[in-house]
Amino acid sequence: MATHETPLDPSLAGDDEPTRRDVILIAAGGFAAIGGAAALWPLLDQMNPDQSALSMATTDIDISHVEAGQAITVMWRGKPIFIRHRTEQEIDKAKDFAVDDLPDPLARNANLTEDAPATDDNRAAKDRESWLVMIGICTHLGCIPKGQAVGDYKGEYGGWFCPCHGSQYDTAGRIRKGPAPENLAIPPYAFSSDTKIKIG
Amino acid sequence: MAHPSTYHPQSGAARWLDSRLPVPRLMHDQFLAFPTPRNLNYWWTFGGILTFMLGVQIVTGIVLAMHYVPTEQGAFNSVEHIMRDVNWGWLLRYIHAVGASMFFLAVYIHTFRGLYYGSYKAPREVLWILGVLILLLMIATAFMGYSLVWGQMSFWAVTVITNLFSSLDAVIPGLGTKLVQWIWGGFAVGGPTLNRLYALHYLFPFVIAGVVVLHIWALHIPGNNNPAGIEVKTARDTVPFHPYYTIKDGFALVAFILVFAAMVFYAPNFLGHPDNYVPANPLQTPPHIVPEWYFLPFYAILRALPNKLFGVITLLSSISILFFVPWLDTSKVRSTSYRPIYKWFFLAFVITCIALGYLGSQPPEGWYLVLGRIFTVYYFAFFLVVMPVVGLIERPRRLPGSITESVLGPEETKAVPAAAPHRRTPAEVAS
Repeated sequence: MATHETPLDPSLAGDDEPTRRDVILIAAGGFAAIGGAAALWPLLDQMNPDQSALSMATTDIDISHVEAGQAITVMWRGKPIFIRHRTEQEIDKAKDFAVDDLPDPLARNANLTEDAPATDDNRAAKDRESWLVMIGICTHLGCIPKGQAVGDYKGEYGGWFCPCHGSQYDTAGRIRKGPAPENLAIPPYAFSSDTKIKIG
Repeated sequence: MAHPSTYHPQSGAARWLDSRLPVPRLMHDQFLAFPTPRNLNYWWTFGGILTFMLGVQIVTGIVLAMHYVPTEQGAFNSVEHIMRDVNWGWLLRYIHAVGASMFFLAVYIHTFRGLYYGSYKAPREVLWILGVLILLLMIATAFMGYSLVWGQMSFWAVTVITNLFSSLDAVIPGLGTKLVQWIWGGFAVGGPTLNRLYALHYLFPFVIAGVVVLHIWALHIPGNNNPAGIEVKTARDTVPFHPYYTIKDGFALVAFILVFAAMVFYAPNFLGHPDNYVPANPLQTPPHIVPEWYFLPFYAILRALPNKLFGVITLLSSISILFFVPWLDTSKVRSTSYRPIYKWFFLAFVITCIALGYLGSQPPEGWYLVLGRIFTVYYFAFFLVVMPVVGLIERPRRLPGSITESVLGPEETKAVPAAAPHRRTPAEVAS
């Protein structure tokens, strides 16, 4: 053990002047902190979606059997995708409303720019306005809204109704009433032929 | 209280160990001879009950983990396998599942006891804060454990609760989504999510055990609060923890275990939800999602607000506000028994918590929603308005002169000054 007889390090004598020892101390502490933070990153990043989940899986869907007024649900990236073949009345109902009055005025369409307005044209499939393709997850807390099956209650606006907390979506999948903050999201997709959709 | 040690090693071996690792001395001073107020009532037995419940959950949890499979395909089936095939599996799982409910029942009683008797006031603020921390860890652990069953309620509870974090998108666009995908390990709740919830569900009880040690440490510095809410003044105000409170805690524990066993053997699913016996289906949300009963008041508070972000903030505030209680309550008097005005507000608060629990189980519409909002307002007003204001304007009843006086009355205390029922412990007899 060091005692008071141990000769003092001369660099410790003057306590106001920064010394070599101060520099070494700060440098060592700084490196340890940066090294520690760097070592922490793999521990945190391992929780992010892994390569198998990230590999942008695409799904091909045959929609030839879906008549007007019907809808199907398919899986993409572990999420349900709503594909609805809309009737004329449903399209008219969606168009007959001012975008500015919507709770969420943005289209939320991954195929368009982020600031595209939530008009029916921007929500429906390009040049095929009878088709609506959306991620079927309520933007409130992630429940699956009702409205896909023929007998389902579709809410006051004829689109979808979330049973968890009562959010109601119209026939273009736009939030109209309830706690959900955003319109149902639209995934990246394209028609590969008249009867086939490629999602992702 | 940090009292002088009364431990006297009885043998050469005990003396040898005492000068190297004095664990027997610690046990003797803290759990046998520990001076404890003589007036503790049965509300004070829940600390011991909670320690027992933590042990039960850890032991049954470890053996269940020997049979459980944390995969998307295997989870639900492995739980049914435990119920049907594993020797005594039904008993172990029911003890673990009902045990979670009993654990929360005990912790809520323990928390309300602390609130009623002002156990959070100086010098016990750190003790209280550690307790709130344990409550938070328990909530997280119970939530993760419930998810492991991977039934419909499990799956959708995880979906709804993890989606709460996506409300951060309203603050910084994209942050919430990024965070939720980090929690999920994918783009939806799935296998990776289940696996990490399992890993953390196994870890957290040991973290809780660590904080419990700190909680008891922080308790043993100032010593127990008591129903009179006044400090220990003389040795006559206390009795040694053993045998007085080992017996009292033991009796309460047996009574508690009777209720626990009745639930396990006669109504193991009474507090559960039948939907959780349906395997998780990511394509179909159950028509009515409800959490376990012990989360219902918080669920009602979450749903009382129409805005997602504010709902989440209110939910988090409803628990974290407990951290600030030692500084919100301005009254100098600890025990609510001596506070004639605050008493009624406290009763209203207990009723509010029960009412919120009921409303949390009902659909959030019509009158249920209106009442949910009214009770949510009172829940917060109790902490932010009642606690600071009533403490300033109230004139408390006269406090007894000492703990002994609160038990025996002022006349008796003076008449028989030597009446302290201090029984000598074996160690004291030996010395």
